[in-house]
Amino acid sequence: MVAAPIVPSGEADLRKLLLTMNDSPGTADPNNPLVPFGVFDTLHFARFVILNDATLSDLSVFGPEAEFPDAPIYLAFLGDCDGSADFLLADFVDRAGDGLRKIFAYCDGFNPNGDLLQWMRSHSVKPAANYVNWIGRTVLQIREEAALHEALAKYLTEYLADRSIRDKAKDQPRHIRDAFVRAVDENGPRLTPPAPTPLGWQIRRLISILAAVAAAFIVALPLLMLSAGAALLVYGAVLLIISAALAVFLVHLRRHETTDPDVQSPPKPPSDEHLAELGKLQDHDVTNQYTAFGSFKPGPFPRWTTTVIWWLVNLATPILYPRGNLARIKTIHFARWVFLDGKRGGLFASNYDGSSESYMDDFVNKVAFGLNLTFGQGVGYPRTRFLLWGGAEREQEFKDVQRRHALPTEVWYKAYPGLTLIDIARNARIRQGLERKTMTETEIRQWLSEI
Amino acid sequence: MAQPVREYQDIQGIVRSGYGRLEEASFLLLRITNLSEAKAWLAAVVEEPGAEKLSYRVTHAGHLSESHQERALQIAFSAPGLRRLRAPEELFQDGSINNFPREFRLGIAAEDPDPEGRSRRLGDIGENAPSNWEWGAPPETPDVLVMLYAEAGCLAAFQQMVMADLALGFEVFRVLGTAKAAEEGDTRREPFGFVDGISQPEIDWGAKREPGTGADLEYGNLIAAGEFLLGYQNEYGLFTKRPLLDPARDPDNILAPAADVPGQLDLGRNGTYLVFRHLEQDVSGFWSFVSKKSPGNQGVDLAEAMLGRRLSTGDPLVTASRAEIRGVGPDALDIRQNGFTYEPDPEGLTCPFGAHIRRANPRTADMPGGKQGLISWLLRALGLKRGGPRDDLLSSSRFHRIIRRGRPYGAVIDHRESVLRGKPPGVASGIYFISLNANISRQFEFIQNAWIVNAKFNGMDGETDPLLGNRVPSLGNHVTDGVSLPQPSGWGQRLAGLPQFVTVRGGAYFFLPSLRALRFFARQSGTG
Repeated sequence: MVAAPIVPSGEADLRKLLLTMNDSPGTADPNNPLVPFGVFDTLHFARFVILNDATLSDLSVFGPEAEFPDAPIYLAFLGDCDGSADFLLADFVDRAGDGLRKIFAYCDGFNPNGDLLQWMRSHSVKPAANYVNWIGRTVLQIREEAALHEALAKYLTEYLADRSIRDKAKDQPRHIRDAFVRAVDENGPRLTPPAPTPLGWQIRRLISILAAVAAAFIVALPLLMLSAGAALLVYGAVLLIISAALAVFLVHLRRHETTDPDVQSPPKPPSDEHLAELGKLQDHDVTNQYTAFGSFKPGPFPRWTTTVIWWLVNLATPILYPRGNLARIKTIHFARWVFLDGKRGGLFASNYDGSSESYMDDFVNKVAFGLNLTFGQGVGYPRTRFLLWGGAEREQEFKDVQRRHALPTEVWYKAYPGLTLIDIARNARIRQGLERKTMTETEIRQWLSEI
Repeated sequence: MAQPVREYQDIQGIVRSGYGRLEEASFLLLRITNLSEAKAWLAAVVEEPGAEKLSYRVTHAGHLSESHQERALQIAFSAPGLRRLRAPEELFQDGSINNFPREFRLGIAAEDPDPEGRSRRLGDIGENAPSNWEWGAPPETPDVLVMLYAEAGCLAAFQQMVMADLALGFEVFRVLGTAKAAEEGDTRREPFGFVDGISQPEIDWGAKREPGTGADLEYGNLIAAGEFLLGYQNEYGLFTKRPLLDPARDPDNILAPAADVPGQLDLGRNGTYLVFRHLEQDVSGFWSFVSKKSPGNQGVDLAEAMLGRRLSTGDPLVTASRAEIRGVGPDALDIRQNGFTYEPDPEGLTCPFGAHIRRANPRTADMPGGKQGLISWLLRALGLKRGGPRDDLLSSSRFHRIIRRGRPYGAVIDHRESVLRGKPPGVASGIYFISLNANISRQFEFIQNAWIVNAKFNGMDGETDPLLGNRVPSLGNHVTDGVSLPQPSGWGQRLAGLPQFVTVRGGAYFFLPSLRALRFFARQSGTG
């Protein structure tokens, strides 16, 4: 993510410029002259969004010293890509340098004649946590497999149109599959062998696993080195220290949860105008974008708590949820959690399937605890209990808060319009079925039913 | 613990009953033309002291238990109607905490074009676009909906009398007459010929069930009163946002205090929202399509697969569950027709995933898998237990239920036979879809958007509700006019090119007030 403060007086003009990139509200033209997203083969999603936080004034409930009147307004440029992000950034400079210069010209201190790549690198912000629905699945793979599904569906229709073939196939579905394998061999579509997952990802995953093993080893160390009695003593002492630390944490947590001033009293619903602005950009495709921005409660406790939790999210999600779901949610393509302004503020950006109302329904009914953990320290977040309960469980209050913090995302690009994660996963299964050496008859029937 | 509902005499009867025994009904769409006369009529129908004595009154839920009602009258208001009645302005104010919810204030159909996309989300595009509606798109929005019900043969006189009284304060800009009832003893059928209104949530009037406990890991049909009535706890154990007023606004002390907000009066209590959609059904198109595609049995098999129930009896295609479902029964017919979930049919072989009733209410619990051990619960709650590709895609049903009170209109009897004989009925027919819910966006709009018109519903692709879908291709020209009918063979299961069978001709969001709120509106000063 590249984020740079803009010159406030230029905000309206910048917004206007960004809107020229769209071919319909909220959807970027893949061939737009400023940044033709479509030419970047490794780019899944991208967005330009102006982070102008209308909820900053909420901070005043914490007293004048908590206020942040000179908070910068950022322009953020986010993309989700295969392979190295730095490589893609260089590619952007090569192929869309002029357009990017025009856009970033609205940023404070941008030198249009300077080194653009260098400038973007120096303004890139590393997300504290990142989530990818399916690690290692490339844009190319998604597109090729969608084309494959389409071709096979056509074959199937043609095939079944012939009554004699259809009658024969009734008992021998293998015939159909063999014919499909031949047809794809001869006429395509071509399927590129899956690219290996980028080294960086593999290393990250490896480190995570090694860290887990190391942790387990350290935990087991006293057992391995000491006598049973001594080990028990060590465990007891460690347990005592952990309990004490936990107790201190819980006392602080409860104090914050019960005594922090409540921004929502009286509640602040999002304005009609703001909701209309958001609604205008939504539900054109089967996938939607979500960008939310807000401040953390002042003081070290909320920031440290969030820092640790986001760090854990980043560490744990690739291990626990590498393929297809984030806890019980199966509709998030990519998500990221980013600190800004020296951890005074935080950004959450995601790409999800379905409407905003059903996204919120999942949040409230399936993963309220996760929302509470990751955003519970935000100013205005509905009151939590022990960080896990309350919060997002307060349905309407939560929906109001998240919509109030949502920012209209002027420019949003998706490399495969019309495809949901469920479609993408199905297409991948169809390809696997085609490439498998052997399949039982039941498996073939199951496979055919997905075409 | 949630409060039981006791004030039946404050709740319009339609919440409690569809007035099935009152076979005739008509719906009047009104505009207020004279404020003081309009208020005088309102005062009369709620039997305000000093108001004119009429021979009819607003029917409340208490009347239903007192005696047999020979006729019934219900009143609901659109947002423009309430403003014309001079309801307090803060109820409509942007950014106010205690205002009417946004979807009610804006209405089901925005001005054309629809900038924020409500119509897009509801599938009201293409033929269904509000710009094509007969009524309901601005400026053709009604102020008031008056619903009249009467025993067979009695409606005409009742309607004539009411309309004569209304004439002073209102303009009746549309009379929506419903279909003549089926023969005595027969079940009410919608124009395609199916038995209608079989599945309804059972309202937990007595607050016997506590929502959100482990019991909700199984599908249940007993639903918190707050889902259908404002002022009571909903399925979250919370009070749905609703219009509240400062006591200064109510000098006559008509309204009840808000149970959850000290110092505020509850204008919403015992009221709810009523979604009205005028849906025209192409009976001839439907039966000629299904009989052509599935000639055996004249298309009945295909029609049943598209709906999910049997044409003759209304029984579900899936077999009844052996376990008892809370809120179903004890009536044997109810158990036969509603005592089921789709769990025994994970492949959609008995009832297609896309069948209308499987979309409109997927009968899902809070978590797939039901009650198991604590470890299993934890693993499932954290998403660490692998399921199939379709596992856990749908929301829990209990947050998305509506009470349906619709009535058919037009030629309903024997249409199927006449179509098959090549003599389609000359009169348009369809259904006046009426649903009651406390939260339009979480209930009606969610069902319509995420389940009915969602081309990706339950992991499928390229199909919307086989009966209600608008068939408009989605972005990138993806078709939505298919329907999948899973077969054990594994192929040949997809039917393409479904025509549009149902077209939206009108609609509005109404507030169905309590009797107290009706009195409040009638008495509000500021005559014009």
